[in-house]
Amino acid sequence: MAIYDARRRRSKFFLGLCYVFVAVGLGWLALILGTLLIEGFRGLSPAVFTEMTPPPGAEGGLLNAIAGSLIMTAIGVIVGAPLGMLAGTYMAEYGRYSKLTVVVRFINDILLSAPSIVVGLFVYEVMVVSMGHFSALAGAMALAVIVLPVVVRTTEDMLLLVPHTLREAASALGMSRSIVIAKVAYRAARAGLITGVLLAIARISGETAPLLFTALNNQFFSADVFKPMASLPVVIFQFALSPYKEWQQLAWTGALLITLAVLALSITARALQTQRNAK
Amino acid sequence: MADGVAVDEVRLGQTEAHLARVFAGLKFRNALFHLLTLACAWAVLLLLGGVIVSLVIGALPSIRAFGAGFYTTEVWNPVTEKFGGMAPMYGTIVTSTIAMALAVPSAFGIAIFLTELCPFRLRRPIGIAIELLAGIPSIIFGIWGLFVFAPFLQEHVQPPLIALFANVPVLSTLFAGPPYGIGVLTAGIVLAIMVLPIITSISRDVFETVPDMLKEAAYGVGCTTWEVVRFVVIPYTRIGLLGGVMLGLGRALGETMAVTFVIGNAHRIKASLLAPGTTISATIANEFTEAVGDLYTSALIQLGLILFLITFIILAISRYMLMRMHIQEG
Repeated sequence: MAIYDARRRRSKFFLGLCYVFVAVGLGWLALILGTLLIEGFRGLSPAVFTEMTPPPGAEGGLLNAIAGSLIMTAIGVIVGAPLGMLAGTYMAEYGRYSKLTVVVRFINDILLSAPSIVVGLFVYEVMVVSMGHFSALAGAMALAVIVLPVVVRTTEDMLLLVPHTLREAASALGMSRSIVIAKVAYRAARAGLITGVLLAIARISGETAPLLFTALNNQFFSADVFKPMASLPVVIFQFALSPYKEWQQLAWTGALLITLAVLALSITARALQTQRNAK
Repeated sequence: MADGVAVDEVRLGQTEAHLARVFAGLKFRNALFHLLTLACAWAVLLLLGGVIVSLVIGALPSIRAFGAGFYTTEVWNPVTEKFGGMAPMYGTIVTSTIAMALAVPSAFGIAIFLTELCPFRLRRPIGIAIELLAGIPSIIFGIWGLFVFAPFLQEHVQPPLIALFANVPVLSTLFAGPPYGIGVLTAGIVLAIMVLPIITSISRDVFETVPDMLKEAAYGVGCTTWEVVRFVVIPYTRIGLLGGVMLGLGRALGETMAVTFVIGNAHRIKASLLAPGTTISATIANEFTEAVGDLYTSALIQLGLILFLITFIILAISRYMLMRMHIQEG
């Protein structure tokens, strides 16, 4: 009986430890989000969306940074997503059983979690050095490199979920393979493919490291993709490390905006997927 | 009559020719699409090759100038153009070690809670919350660490730590003052908070693969819940868990923004965990745009190359293990 009690106590102890970890781990994360909400909302005003980033010590907004982030994200997705979808299509449709697919899947999974700062160095070497100056285009390409593996992964996964019978039925009607893919497989997996793109956007909207030395920063509004451009994450980085109160406040507000955008995107993506599963 | 047959034959010939054209068109488009997708699949591989080649080319001047000494030199002096990567490499390893030591037990604990202890109604909401947290950009953790966590540590945690261990042999050097707030320990803790959701969500997925029958059999012979976890669940999922931990480690090693804010960017190797240090990614993030001279830039790129190779190996092992688990699962 003594042994049994000891075992029970042991079990209670370790399971109690699990509860502690849950309380500490989730509490900690809740604390971070809570602080972010309080500090971020404190500085939220219409000026944030209508005024440019201010010089040190002055009031201002984040308009040029928000616009820059939107522009570079858009270009990054427009370049990265189609490439990723086509590669994913090859892996799920034409080359489902080929060796190349196994290798690409392995490498792609590694690229998925590779350090993003290395992507920045790569694009710097390839684009910034050859163009001779920093540019928004280089920043967008760095983001595209990060989009690519995310979209490859989800596209392949989603196309693999499309039932074989659908493809066979379409082929039996005499459709060629490319039409089967475009008209049947893509349509059946549409919600999943959109989910992948949304997740990719969520992933790059907070990326800072690859933009630091590709798009650099710009204190003024610019829509010229061949010039340096401001972006929310880089502005947050610069402003947070500054000694000026106004800049630090804007950094918190910017951080809040990014977090809200990322959460909205991930929740939409998740909702799309559950909707699909419910069907 | 005869005319009619001839007309039909002509029509038939036309439709056949027409059909042949249509089929040829379809075949051509299919071949084109096939090639296009194939090219994109190759592009993924080329991307990896491109990254490695460009980093090696960028790092060449530094590799030539410093040779193997780069890995054993602590000096980092842009003025005299003497560069050694030991301090950032040391910082990367120490911060990641602290992060893993804190995050792995917590992540396992939370995953055990989610799969074995949590009421069913709460499982989905908590699971979703953790997955959403895994997607929060690391710069958020960095800014929180800088403004909230570091000042808190500096005022309330570090002074008592220093006082507490002042007379304990090894610990007194690990926790030697003064309390800056920012430093290696702070960076490690912020990293731990950041990788916690990542490791947790993988561990939970892995724990869920254990067949209920195995667990029920263990309960049936009188095991306590902890014994079921310790002797059935964990051994069964060993490979997958290791894969998840390696994935977290890969992320921790390469993480930039969460660390850059709170590490202090000092190219020195100090025994004290409270002292400012630097990591590979923080060094690159802080110095790259201001680096003047080819050798300086090149030394930073060489650091990037080292980081990429290390994380590549770690992530490759991680993926291999997770893959093996899926095969084992069938």
